[in-house]
Amino acid sequence: MDSQNEETGAMVRVSINGREYSVPQGSTMVQAMWYTGHEVIHGVGCLGGVCGACATVYRIEGDFRLRNALACQTLVSEGMSFSMLDSYPIQRAHYDVAGLTDPKEELFTYYPESATCRNCNACTEVCPQGIDVRDSVWRANFGDFKAVADLTFSCVMCGLCVSRCIAEMAPHEIALYARRAYGAKELPFPPNLRHRLDQIHSGTFEGDLKRLESLTPDELKKECEVRS
Amino acid sequence: MRLLSSYYPDYRPDGKATLKVGTNKGAVVPQEIADILESRSRLPAPRTLPDHPDHDVDILILGGGGAGITAALFAAKEGRSVLLATKLRVGDSNTVMAEGGIQTALGEEDSPVIHFRDTFRGGHGANDPSLLSVLVSEGPEMVEWLVSRGILFDRDPQGGLSLRKGGGTSRPRLISAKDYTGLELIRVLKEDVVNAPVEILEFSPAIELISGPEGSCAGAVLYDLDSRRHIYVKAKSVILATGGAGRLHLSGFATSNHFGATADGLTMAYRMGIPLVHPESFQFHPTGVMFPSEMAGMLITEAVRGAGARMYNRLGKRFVNELETRDVVASAIIRECAEGRGVKTPQGTSGVYLDLVAIDRDSGEGTVEKRFPNILKLMKRHHVDPTKRPILVYPTLHYQNGGIRIDAQTRTSVSHLLVAGEASGGLHGTNRLMGNSLLELFVFGRRAGIEAANLATNRPAFSWRDASLAHVDRFEEELNSAFSTEERPMAPVLFPDYRRQGS
Repeated sequence: MDSQNEETGAMVRVSINGREYSVPQGSTMVQAMWYTGHEVIHGVGCLGGVCGACATVYRIEGDFRLRNALACQTLVSEGMSFSMLDSYPIQRAHYDVAGLTDPKEELFTYYPESATCRNCNACTEVCPQGIDVRDSVWRANFGDFKAVADLTFSCVMCGLCVSRCIAEMAPHEIALYARRAYGAKELPFPPNLRHRLDQIHSGTFEGDLKRLESLTPDELKKECEVRS
Repeated sequence: MRLLSSYYPDYRPDGKATLKVGTNKGAVVPQEIADILESRSRLPAPRTLPDHPDHDVDILILGGGGAGITAALFAAKEGRSVLLATKLRVGDSNTVMAEGGIQTALGEEDSPVIHFRDTFRGGHGANDPSLLSVLVSEGPEMVEWLVSRGILFDRDPQGGLSLRKGGGTSRPRLISAKDYTGLELIRVLKEDVVNAPVEILEFSPAIELISGPEGSCAGAVLYDLDSRRHIYVKAKSVILATGGAGRLHLSGFATSNHFGATADGLTMAYRMGIPLVHPESFQFHPTGVMFPSEMAGMLITEAVRGAGARMYNRLGKRFVNELETRDVVASAIIRECAEGRGVKTPQGTSGVYLDLVAIDRDSGEGTVEKRFPNILKLMKRHHVDPTKRPILVYPTLHYQNGGIRIDAQTRTSVSHLLVAGEASGGLHGTNRLMGNSLLELFVFGRRAGIEAANLATNRPAFSWRDASLAHVDRFEEELNSAFSTEERPMAPVLFPDYRRQGS
């Protein structure tokens, strides 16, 4: 919490879940909830902008537009009114990536709704990560899974795109499917990893490791050049 | 080393307490750790169990981060019934926040043996060699597993996994997914565990273990955060994968950890009489954000220093080799600030400059954006552009180096109780090298899952009537005699309370 602003009295008026409060300027939305005595459990995860738990909907007084944000990453401002969307219901495909045989076709088995995108672009406008979500859905439909991976790599799975989709699909789940299929089925297996695995399986390092394990603590420290 | 002994929080006398109760009696640990170890149960006496458990399973896994999810996936593969209970949602953990990468020896000039040596040296020779040997030799197999699940690690031009340099290592050995490594791992593995034959209980942290015949473990008591009821689980094997301690804010340090990191596993295991190894040892990551203050504690990955970022004090002077081990770099920053060479923030705290501009200068415009998009995105939200100006940083509480003592099969001194991940101790010695914790989650998470399944298969049937909370009663009696007048705090604490006093 920003103690300096509290001392100098720089406060802003906000509305949390429909109730008005005065909170220190420079607070994030989550910090504002703590300041006003809310016990936040649903809706808090990493507090670092990557877990996607704190999807939030808000408006600014005098502006009709409805906006969305991650509550742990967004500072409150005068006249802001917000509520957290703790969990947005989604339908997720039940599949095993290893069992996919024709991932580009199977996309339409697992997520047939992905073909019904109406190009409204609301998903892209709402994304707190700035992802071109609409484009990623189309790339997935066209089978360009590499492009989906590049477009959506920063996705935190908050599900705000689902909340706005007029075709009622879950673009973040579709992107996850496409990224996984690309990694598991399209990309060649890394040659440096293959080489090292072959060495391990033929026991190349076993002798040296056994020897290290058999040393006394002092011998091992000397061997590994541990600084005193 | 003088720098460490004078400035590193582990070695300073302030903020410490000597344990009076339990298996580590006499050990000097941070006050906040003593508070959760020498603590009262959340279950009031008399501690009785209901006539029937709410769940009866082969394997109970406590914790839904990287280690817990991995253990669940491998245990389920063995065909046993698995219940995974976690404090928040599956995946809400320190794992999801990991930026830098996984350390695994894949380079031509590298080998598992060199990985062993670097880690042992970095851990000040306090590492358990048998755990370390498992880590370095099984690491590549676990990376193979991750690749096969569709996790997208950065590739080099030949299609191999890109290897980057971390502090305290002699070879480039970090594989990463830009600076979203943990997020990429969790997104994928969470989908797998949700689709696996694993029963999942979210918002249900464990608050006590349950003891069974002959001092074994027989399950756990969970606390449903929504209904505020207790859930009693009988299990043939229990895996503790409850993670770290950052949200205890040792010595008032900010933390990079997730909201639920309150070392609950240490509390529960300690009450059962299981020894802790290096309970005094914590990792203060050198570069936590100091300003703007609403971001305090957020991590700037060490990989930026591997890529050429430099650090400067208020006088514009470099003061440490940026690629030293984390404890050395953190100590040097604390020294600069303690001796008045830090940069003051408007809040009156101080830090030093971490300059990422050097990365773009050395490796070409756009390198920061390509390799560290998450840092750039997070900082820019708060109107700081790290490609133009340095970031103000100070050490942040990042990792519990020690933990519950385990053997190479993840077993503890209590039969049928296993531990994996940050809650366990011994592997890292007294200073963890970057990237070894993610590797640990997978290597020992798998071992725990498979061992738990073996133990469950071979365990003779036992009656719920032989299950009890007697170990908790015994521990409370010890507390009563050691602290005759003092009130003791209650634990697991589950969450920090950041609400304004009197709000």
